[in-house]
Amino acid sequence: MAVAAETIAEATLAEHRHGFRRRWYRTPSFVAGVSVLGTILLLAALAPLVTTHDPTQQDLVNTLAGPSSTHWLGTDDLGRDVWSRLVYGARTDLRVAFLAVLFPFVIGTTIGLLSGYYGRVVDTLTSWLVNVVVAFPFYVLIIALVFVLGSGTRNIYIAITIVGWVSYTRIVRGEVLVAKRREYVLAARAGGLSDARILVRHLLPNVITQAIVFAMSDIVLDILAIVTLGYLGLGVQPPTPDWGRMIADGQGYLTTNWQLATFPGIAVVVTALGLSLLADGLADLLRPE
Amino acid sequence: MSLSGYVVRRLLQAVPVALGVTILVFLLIHLVPGDPARTILGNQATAPRVALLRHEWGLDRPLPVQYEKFMGRLVHGDLGSSLFYGVNAGHLVLQRLPVTLWLIGLGALFSLLLAVPLAVIAATHRDRLADHVVRVVPLVGLGFPAFWLGIMLLLVFGLNLGRLFPVGGYGEGFFGHLHSMLLPALTVALGISPILVRSLRAGLLEVLESDYVTTARSKGLSERRVLVRHALRNAAVSTVSVLGVNIGFLVGGTLIVERVYALPGVGLLMINSIFERDFPVVQAVTLVFSLLVVLVYLLTDIAHALLDPRVRFE
Repeated sequence: MAVAAETIAEATLAEHRHGFRRRWYRTPSFVAGVSVLGTILLLAALAPLVTTHDPTQQDLVNTLAGPSSTHWLGTDDLGRDVWSRLVYGARTDLRVAFLAVLFPFVIGTTIGLLSGYYGRVVDTLTSWLVNVVVAFPFYVLIIALVFVLGSGTRNIYIAITIVGWVSYTRIVRGEVLVAKRREYVLAARAGGLSDARILVRHLLPNVITQAIVFAMSDIVLDILAIVTLGYLGLGVQPPTPDWGRMIADGQGYLTTNWQLATFPGIAVVVTALGLSLLADGLADLLRPE
Repeated sequence: MSLSGYVVRRLLQAVPVALGVTILVFLLIHLVPGDPARTILGNQATAPRVALLRHEWGLDRPLPVQYEKFMGRLVHGDLGSSLFYGVNAGHLVLQRLPVTLWLIGLGALFSLLLAVPLAVIAATHRDRLADHVVRVVPLVGLGFPAFWLGIMLLLVFGLNLGRLFPVGGYGEGFFGHLHSMLLPALTVALGISPILVRSLRAGLLEVLESDYVTTARSKGLSERRVLVRHALRNAAVSTVSVLGVNIGFLVGGTLIVERVYALPGVGLLMINSIFERDFPVVQAVTLVFSLLVVLVYLLTDIAHALLDPRVRFE
């Protein structure tokens, strides 16, 4: 019986994947998201080829220059090429954001899975902890944590993990509570499968979809948090180019060189839009018909 | 369940959460790598000064004793003494709280003024052009960093366009405050509106498809009357909830916006304190903000139960 249940569960998954392949190009938001994000990722990956200068190289004779053929978007207050910093900034911020979403995703999903499946004390404790963390305004806790841990990327990951796991736990726990009453889980239990096997082979594949969809929009939140920390001087440390720091540096020159604060902001908005479209499209595609 | 029964139950639920908040805030100091007293005072501080701070904050005692001491001080309103200003951190927060509350209130008001009409347009034109346009708003809007939005508004309205608004500060008197607060509040509102539009549209659609609206329509009431008297009135309940649930987002937004516009509120106090390594103030702000959120969640739930009796029976 357990084997039959596993076969059914796998068949459902395979059908899911087939549906995904069939429909992805007919989902406008997914295609738009992939295109926007793909372009940005490509630019970031090919940074040395598409930029004209070293992003950290200063040229104190050529500070605050306007756009020209040598400096496409001009230079900043230290004479660094804005275009090059923008492209290398994409590398930094996207890498940090993608990595930052990974830890809360894994930890939150695991806790959600366990607390939903085992219930009782585990669940009561988890729910309490989730409610406590949710009571903290996102930026207040992130900033307080980065303050006590110290700035730098490693501590950004830790801070985002401490704050971010709750959303995944909430989503997965809710899904597990419903799924564990479904026939395939009851069958697997009756068939004498171990808890670990039921959790990993049967429940996880069925509840992970929502967490994945959320992760996409969570990356948007993380990019905004990383850029905001950078703006406050608590994020990625100089001279590594980061969009937040670029905006902060440009703010002092708003009246004379408005583009310094404007372009990195547009880069954030476009990247976030690409991710949101992708999340939206993915949610559409993964939704059971 | 009676309303008072619901309130009591909800109050009892809030207590462990509030306690949890104090535990997490208390533990913040122990996340500081190495010796917290040394890290906070910096390398220049003398050994006796470090030892004194360690003793003052009870860092040389076992954790439960430290927490007990922390709570003992907390119930007396003592949130520790600011290392930079030398006064009670709680007083510093309270002093600056009005500015932040102004910003939160005005920001919430503006966000409703922006979100409600958009949601109404979208819900009443479902799947038509207007609806599609409005549905793009959250998609694009959520990707705007609040601080950048503030800088752009500053660039357009503060520095250009006849310098309509002040570029920073809090102004003098009621109208001065209002004038200085317009751009910051608009920034906060633009940040949260996309979330509100999405929830409100969904809420309105649900109401517009409900039986009582169908009944109202079949009685021959005008669409306008159905919308204003029946649909919106009920959708208002969910608006209150949505706004309440997002209070954390709203508070977090004000923190950054205060920094952009140099508004002397709690958010700016926190950020300045970070650079002065003024731990007690950062801790006090974190605590006050989170307890504020717990309180708002509680009030929202009670308001919801008051407006919609069904909640009490769930």
